[in-house]
Formats: sequence, C-alpha cells, structure tokens
Amino acid sequence: MDELQELYREVILDHNRNPRNFGELADATRVVAGVNPLCGDKMTLYVKVGGGKIEDIRFQGTGCAISVASSSLMTERVKGLPVGAALELFDKVHHLLTGPRDHEPAADLDKLAALGGVREYPSRVKCASLGWHALKSAVADDTANNVTTE
Amino acid sequence: MATAERHVPHLKRDFAALRKDFPALQQLVHGRPLAYLDNAASSQTPLSVQDAVAEQQRLNHSNVHRGVHQLSERSTAAYEGAREKVRRFINAPSLAEVVFTRGTTESINLVAASFGQRLEAGDEVLITGLEHHSNIVPWQLLCERTGARLVVAPIRDDGSLDVAAFGRMLGARTKIAAFAHVSNALGTVNPVASLIAKAHAAGAVVLVDGAQAVPHLRVDVQALDCDFYAFSGHKMFGPTGTGVLYGKRALLEAMPPYQGGGDMILTVSFERSTYNALPYKFEAGTPNITGFVGLGAAVDYLSGLDFSALAAHEHSMLEEASRRVLAEVPGARLIGTAPAKAGVLSFVVDGIHAHDLGTIVDSEGVAIRTGHHCAMPVMERFGVAATARASFAFYNNHEDVDRLIAGLKKAVEIFRG
Repeated sequence: MDELQELYREVILDHNRNPRNFGELADATRVVAGVNPLCGDKMTLYVKVGGGKIEDIRFQGTGCAISVASSSLMTERVKGLPVGAALELFDKVHHLLTGPRDHEPAADLDKLAALGGVREYPSRVKCASLGWHALKSAVADDTANNVTTE
Repeated sequence: MATAERHVPHLKRDFAALRKDFPALQQLVHGRPLAYLDNAASSQTPLSVQDAVAEQQRLNHSNVHRGVHQLSERSTAAYEGAREKVRRFINAPSLAEVVFTRGTTESINLVAASFGQRLEAGDEVLITGLEHHSNIVPWQLLCERTGARLVVAPIRDDGSLDVAAFGRMLGARTKIAAFAHVSNALGTVNPVASLIAKAHAAGAVVLVDGAQAVPHLRVDVQALDCDFYAFSGHKMFGPTGTGVLYGKRALLEAMPPYQGGGDMILTVSFERSTYNALPYKFEAGTPNITGFVGLGAAVDYLSGLDFSALAAHEHSMLEEASRRVLAEVPGARLIGTAPAKAGVLSFVVDGIHAHDLGTIVDSEGVAIRTGHHCAMPVMERFGVAATARASFAFYNNHEDVDRLIAGLKKAVEIFRG
C-alpha cells in the first residue's frame, strides 16, 4: 500500500460517507465544541456520562474525511466504556498518530489502527485528533467547553 | 490599470523559457514534477532574487543609514536602491511615499493604528465582503478603540462587489474605505479606480489592499489616485518578511509614528523626541535589509516582463482550469465567477472536503491551498467551510492545469470508488 492508500483506507472512507453516532444528543451531560482553524473543521461532541461510564455519545459538524472518520470511529468505540478506559484509549490513539513510524499500533486498537496512516501526513494529525481532544475535554475536564487543535 | 496592448520588444513574454529561472519549479515532489499552484499564498523566487539575497548575506551584511564604513554604505545603497525600484514599479511620485514594512498585514495595521487615531465615535470604516482577514481585523480593532463603526459592502453571488451598495454605504461619516484590488479567496478584480473616485467624492480616505494584484496587473498609484496602497514582497516573487505601504505624502506627514525606536527619530531626549523625515518616520528599528535587497531584485525581474502578455497567459490558464474543473470533475462547483478575475480558481467538490482534495493532489506533485484562505466571511457568504484554491503565476503552464485536473479525478476515484 502506498502512503495515500494507507491514509484513505476503506474503513476511513466508509466512516466518512456514513458517520456513526452522527447528530445531537438531547440528554448529553457534556457538550464540547471543537475547532480546527487550519481547515475550518468544526464539530460538536455530545457525551452522556453516568456511573463513571460513557453511556451515550454523538457528534455533528463538518470536516474532512480524516476528521469525520476519526470522530465516527471514536464514538463507536468508546460508547459504553468506563471513562478511565476511554482516556487510556485517547493516549494510545495519540501515540498512534504522533509516535515513531516503526511503532506497532497497540494490539487492542482494532479498527482504530486504520488512523495510523495519518503519521505520514503531519498536517493531517490535527484532523484525526480533533474528536479525541473533544472527548478528553468532555470526560476529563469539567470546565472546558471549547477545544481547538491549535 | 489596463496596459497598452502593444508588444514592447525588450519586455519578456516567453513564459515557458522563464520557468527555468525558478529553481523550485525544477524539483520532483512525491516523485513527480512540481506543479506549483499556490501562488496566491506565496510565489516562488527566481534565481536572481536568491542570488541577490545570498550576496547581501555573504559580503555586505551590515546595518543601514548609520555606518560610515564600506559595508554599511553598500547595504544602504542596496536597501535604498530597492526603494527606488519599488517607487518606479508602482509609479509613486516620491521615495518619501514608499514605506517598507513586514508585509501587507503590517502596512494595513500601520494605517489603522496611525491614521486611525483621527477617528472618533460615530465615524465609519467601509470595507467589503470579500476582504482577507488582514483587511478586516485591523479595522475592527480600530473601531473597538475609537467607537467607530465597521460597515461592510456586500458581494453578489458571483463574488463580485455590489458596487451600488458600496456607493450607498459611503457617506459623510465614512472616514476610511479599505478594499482589495484583487480578492485572494475568489479572484475577483474590483473596479478600484471607480471605487476610489466614489470614496473620495464622499470625503473618505482610501486604502487598497494590493497583495494579490501586484503579481498580475500593472499598478500605477497615481493613476488610481488611492491614498494608501499596501502589498507584500513574497507574493511578487520576492522574499517573505518584506512589504510596502505607499501613502500620499500629505497624509503620511500628518500621521503620528506607528512604532518608536531607532531610525525613526532625529533627536531623542527624555523630555521629547523629534521624528525623522518620511519614509523613515515609519521604519523603526533595523529593517529586513536582506529581504528588501531581494525585493529589489524581484522588482527588476517583474519590470522586465510584458504584463499584457502575462495577463493573457494567466487568463488562458484560469479559463481552461475553470472550464475543465466543471466539465471533468463530477460534483465540482466554482466559488467566485465574477466577470473580472485574476489568478485564482476557488472550488468545492461534493462529498470531498477541500483538505482531502489538497492531500490527494499533493500526492501527484500538485500544490494547491485548501481551507478558508484567511477569508472566513467569504466562506460564510458562500455557505462552505473551506474551498480548494488553485492560483496561477506567469511561470505556470497548461501542463500544470492537466496535472491539477488529473489529481482531482484521482480524488474522485478514491472517494467514490
């Protein structure tokens, strides 16, 4: 696979075309707006936390394929997870996106490993991490309502 | 300003041959020859500019305007020589009216900060809906400081200015009218001479943002009769960190200094300082000497080109690219279809974000800009978050257009299978 095919894997294109958990969440306990001023991506993440778990999560907004697919994959994966596990996942994904090239993705990333193609495109790392930063600020920090990739 | 359609023999018009003057254009990117179509963001520099910069660094590095030694004399001569070249290039009446800045942004900030001090609550600054952030935010800051009001003349669906609305929005309260000569996001060429005349009739002082105009059109500030004209070196084949503010002498004379420091003073005491003559009053601190030596070389280069042939060449690429993007890229839509355009093709493709288009065409060696182009209100006006933008310079050719179209088709193939 060449680098471009690594970046735009079928799973990424699929989640871009049909993003999962897309839309508003009326009973969200946390709503976080994320902005990537570089490309004009804007997304809003809705999270319902209860009993230390992410009971439900949805997102909406506009963005490039990498950003939409990453947020979609993220919501699919963290729904139902304990908050602590979601934060651990954030660290693993962050390492996947920015870690050294020869680093093997953590085995339990499963589908999320598809985001690894971004490593070869430094300018696109922000696209892939926007949703994840929004997640982190939604569950780890109860003061921030806006995140930016800058 | 329109130039005569006459062929002047000593001016160069063989643009295919001139491409060889630009080392950056000779390289492979991702294994393919570079098709550089991001000239509206920054243009490549010819070898003559690179050599002038290198020589200044290698042999002449020193400060200007103060040394009596040989190197300082050389630097001063080269720096002031560049000012004379710029003066001739834009046909400014005098050297006093050519202020060197860091770029268009600083030129506009200078006028907003200094000339702007005469504004009061209730005054108005009139801009247009197609401005770059650097011709919006300095005026917003000025309005916040003074209580003046920012008024925005709307643009039409094709990206051209609603000139009638602009005229209606001018009034006794309008102290400043500021607008682009050429839009960076849409390519629209504004009818600046007539806008300037209307603004003057209303008693307003006019600033023209010429950043996107100087590489494409011959600019004559006296024929335009603008009060201020701002532009950047790095969009006209010169180094980054160089810019120009042309201002009419009487206005510049009456304006307070912008920044204080060395070079802008005559005498300093703790009680009071007196300021240097124009243009030095507005050039505090050691300037980007090397950069302006390079800018001088860029002006020499541009001055040797036949601008009417250049405009025809660029227009033919723009026309072909516009036509083919629409015809050959399914779901493509142009943003900015004004009758008068220069250099810029902005577009969106259904279902493919501009950022993805940019990455995919880059993999084919084609450099375009994607995003909001520092013109978020323009994006808002057209209901898009971002566009892809191909922007042309005289050194581009029809093969670059072919490559762009092929890259876009590849993006469609990847996204739609």
